[in-house]
Amino acid sequence: MSDIKKIKDEYLNKLDNDLNIESVNQIKTQLFGKNGQISNFFKTLGSLPTDDRKKFASELNSIKDELQEKINSKLREIETKEINSKLVNEKVDVTLPEREINQGKIHPVSQVIDEISSIFSEIGFSVEEGPDIENEHYNFTALNTPDNHPARDMHDTFYLDNNKELLLRTHTSPVQVRTMLNGKPPFKIIAPGRTYRSDSDQTHSPMFHQVEGLHIDKEINMGHLKGCLNYFIKSFFEVDKIKMRFRPSHFPFTEPSAEVDIGYEIKNGKIVIGEGDKWLEILGCGMVHPNVLKNVKVNPDKYQGYAFGIGIDRLGMLKYGINDLRAFFETDYRWLNHFGFDPLDVPSNYRGLSR
Amino acid sequence: MKFTIGWLKEHLDTQIQDNGLIEKLTDIGLEVESYEYLNSDLDNFKVAKIINAEQHPNADRLRICDVDIGQENTVKVVCGAPNAKKDLLTVYAGPGSIIPKNNMKLTVSKIRGVTSYGMLCSESELNLSDESEGITELKTTKYSDKIGKNFFKNKSEKVVDLSVTPNRPDCLGVRGIARDLAAAGAGKLKNISNKNIKKNGSQTIKVSITKEKNQGCTVFGSCLITGVTNKESPKWLKEKIISLGQKPISAIVDITNYVMLDLNRPLHAYDADKIDKEIIVRNSKKSETFEALDNKEYKLGDDMCVISDKSGVLGLGGIIGGTRSGTEINTKNILLESAYFIPRSIRKTSKLLNIDTDAKFRFERGIDPRSIELGLSKAAELISEICGGKTSNFDIQKTDKHEKNKIKFNVSLFEKITGFKVDDNEIVKILTDLGFEVSKKKLELDLKIPTWRPDIIQPIDIVEEIVRIKGYNKIETLEPEKTKIKDTLNKQQKLFHFLQRSVASKGYFETVTWSFTDSKINNLFKENLKEIKIVNPISSDLDVLRNSIFTNLTFYLKKNLDRGFKDISLFEIGPIFKNSKPGEQLTVIGAIKSGKVSRLNWNEKERPVDVFDVKKDVIQTLVEAGYERKSFFIRDKSPSYYHPGKAGSVYLDKDDIEPVAYFGDIHPNIVKKLDIKTEGLVGFEIYLDHLKENKIKLKDQKPNFEYSDYQKSERDFAFIVDKNFKAQDLIEIISSIDQNLIRSIKIFDIYEGENIPDDKKSIAINVIIQSSEKTLEESDLEKINKLIISTVETKSGAKIRS
Repeated sequence: MSDIKKIKDEYLNKLDNDLNIESVNQIKTQLFGKNGQISNFFKTLGSLPTDDRKKFASELNSIKDELQEKINSKLREIETKEINSKLVNEKVDVTLPEREINQGKIHPVSQVIDEISSIFSEIGFSVEEGPDIENEHYNFTALNTPDNHPARDMHDTFYLDNNKELLLRTHTSPVQVRTMLNGKPPFKIIAPGRTYRSDSDQTHSPMFHQVEGLHIDKEINMGHLKGCLNYFIKSFFEVDKIKMRFRPSHFPFTEPSAEVDIGYEIKNGKIVIGEGDKWLEILGCGMVHPNVLKNVKVNPDKYQGYAFGIGIDRLGMLKYGINDLRAFFETDYRWLNHFGFDPLDVPSNYRGLSR
Repeated sequence: MKFTIGWLKEHLDTQIQDNGLIEKLTDIGLEVESYEYLNSDLDNFKVAKIINAEQHPNADRLRICDVDIGQENTVKVVCGAPNAKKDLLTVYAGPGSIIPKNNMKLTVSKIRGVTSYGMLCSESELNLSDESEGITELKTTKYSDKIGKNFFKNKSEKVVDLSVTPNRPDCLGVRGIARDLAAAGAGKLKNISNKNIKKNGSQTIKVSITKEKNQGCTVFGSCLITGVTNKESPKWLKEKIISLGQKPISAIVDITNYVMLDLNRPLHAYDADKIDKEIIVRNSKKSETFEALDNKEYKLGDDMCVISDKSGVLGLGGIIGGTRSGTEINTKNILLESAYFIPRSIRKTSKLLNIDTDAKFRFERGIDPRSIELGLSKAAELISEICGGKTSNFDIQKTDKHEKNKIKFNVSLFEKITGFKVDDNEIVKILTDLGFEVSKKKLELDLKIPTWRPDIIQPIDIVEEIVRIKGYNKIETLEPEKTKIKDTLNKQQKLFHFLQRSVASKGYFETVTWSFTDSKINNLFKENLKEIKIVNPISSDLDVLRNSIFTNLTFYLKKNLDRGFKDISLFEIGPIFKNSKPGEQLTVIGAIKSGKVSRLNWNEKERPVDVFDVKKDVIQTLVEAGYERKSFFIRDKSPSYYHPGKAGSVYLDKDDIEPVAYFGDIHPNIVKKLDIKTEGLVGFEIYLDHLKENKIKLKDQKPNFEYSDYQKSERDFAFIVDKNFKAQDLIEIISSIDQNLIRSIKIFDIYEGENIPDDKKSIAINVIIQSSEKTLEESDLEKINKLIISTVETKSGAKIRS
């Protein structure tokens, strides 16, 4: 009996030493191999009297378990040590550059269109579109600008035929005409898109972007127009307060017509919107002219409402501090990288318009 | 429209300060573009500071000064004054300045080999004192914050520049502006002082307006003034003309211009002695010619309104006079014309002949047809006062009485449109002040419209008059209503926005380029589409609408390569044009990629971009947009601007007629023609209009979730096939063998060369086999193996590689 305890203590001690895997396996054989010391004790079990056998077997088993557990933990310990020492040699320089990812960008015009759509979506507008090539009727005549009207001179038009029948739309307003002709009131739409005028200098580009707005219903008046634009400008520039000024103006397709200025000041060489005593013209608007409603088969005695047109590029320039309009369309890789937006940065109402 | 406040006050009795008037103008819709002093020669003299003064290398007594003139960069000035030293504040005159003392004009000049931009002035040169020893020394206390500002105060009157909208011809005259201001409560409109000039005898030159179709003139008033002495205008008149930035010519011309600017009443003065017998206002005949006052010979068409005499055309009515009957400094007798021409006729003629004059600008917008006599009297009065002479009675020929138009205006319309109420009496007052004749009948006003307001036609125009005079700030700001009539975006629009961001997320920079392009580049990409020319392009290299997005993308790619960028990925989503009618356009994504992948990379091997890079991007974009990869079908056909062997087209389904996308290498000939220098150039296009709308919402698209936990087995095969045999076909053959068991097929090697016949290639594939009912046994696997081999061999003529 004391023999097995002795053996146990002896081997537990041995296993506390600093051993390699071979020596531990050797010990394992010495104890549990065919002729191992513990194995041999098991062989003697059969020759013991029944009473002793039970007691001894139980003791033997517990010692066996204890030794085996010790051996296993020793083996695990050695393995861990060996892996660790190997890892030291596997060290890499993690300050080396990561594998490349090509970061793409969304153009500021696209981002601003998404911002605008998101804001107007909140107050119930849906998005409509129209063709870039228009005929003279949709671009001018239906919009109460007949051929003999001097207001036509305000638009430098690109023509596609010598009869001046086909042209590149000079504004997004023809979408109003198309939308109303194809549907029934009420109408509540915005129409962003490309527009063209044969004008090219520092502040004019032959192509630019506009967003048209149109709200026609039974009782829509100039107060609603003011409210809508006030809401839009505040949301777009992400400010609580905005100084806005409606000035009487003239567009053939609205009556009364207005131009809208917003207040700004220059702080540290940057434009700050919403404060200051300087005015910046940002859009044109008005109540849709009864002649336009008649032209699109809407009864002006029953329905009325407002329309507006905003320069998208200009809004983007103001919000994101871009100085040169022409740069929008010049595809300078450096510019796109600098002013472009992450494609995952989708403007939305619940996540906020911009980061 | 330009005028001075002083001139305005000749018509307006007001206590309001100048700045208040300026603000008021903008408030009532007469937008003030600028309110400034006219440029004067003295504006060239600026307060300046010497930042640094160095010895001139070639002259002992000269110094080279760096001078701060309030602009971004300093200027270099060579100066001989002994007191020119660092930090001195002085007066700088730039090139082009005229020195007051000797009227010498400065130029940029080299002084002993050093270029000097302008000069620093002494007090004597500026006529300030006799001090000529050194340059002017300005006190720091007074001038240190004025660097770059004008040294001389401008003594002229400030000029208001109004941007008058085309509907308001009445405000092209100072009196009209005064009337609007008065109506808005900014003062009182003065009566026109009308000294009754003596009129003697009748106008002896017979005038007639012919009756014919499209006659452009309805009233022609005239008077003869005989025995005048034409001369230089008096000082007050010259100053008025100059103050508006115009040049005085002679008293008679200046007076007619003055009346035009004052009352918006254009006039024309003829030398009466040069008129052959009588005046006939008639339509021109084709090919008639005349020499106009702009010294150009015009060839007329049919039906243009001309003023003529017995010998021919004298002038184009309301547009421009002719040289034959023009007044000169020695003119003795004049015929003064004051007429009404129909705007439509003026516009048509001036457009055809391409003439733009002050008179045309006004008649085209609509002149008051009832201001004929007022104009004649005002001008005759001034002419007799300045040039002497006798004035005849006025001769007025009319074919139209020009009665005032009438409108019935229901007062409630005002509130309905503007959302706020104005008292009826106030409405009456505003309209009366604007020149309307108003009679009130219960809820309605009977209005007679002043003849100087051709823009007012219907009740809505009256609403605008009242609200603009009342002030737009009276309109309430109402909370926006949030009711929605339909979804913000339709399916096609959602797809647009999704694809845009999907492509950008693959490393492409989005760009926006013009819808027009250079026809030379367009020709390389237009395929069988029609070239659409712009009649009046902005420049000859932007002369057509683009038939492909690649036109501008390749152009700008080259520009960026020239800037030193090498690995560029660009895309644009936008219109291309098939033909020149509205709607004949397609929305396309075009993307382009140049250079190498992993250039100068420490752990990956660099290689040029290739067709499979763009194939990955185009396929993945379509998959992200919700289309099923398994049903895509690739054909090796592509437009001719792609490499004939390294490009393909994508069909959403094998049976589709139109491809939704193309991808591949750009044709090397095009790369060469465009002189694009890069290691690789690939691109893709997606045609949004060809993408079928997914009619089913995502929530209804997902099939039930089924999966198998039975063991998977993998088998590798290598088949030897004809060289032009397509991998896609091999995959299709295998996947159709047993869709329940064959879970995936992957090509892991393509081999040509040793041990393979020249016209063959080896395709190695890995197939994963799994049952959803049981664990497959070796015999099952053996069966499917054999089936794969035999099916592929029969269907494709391939041989299993042993």
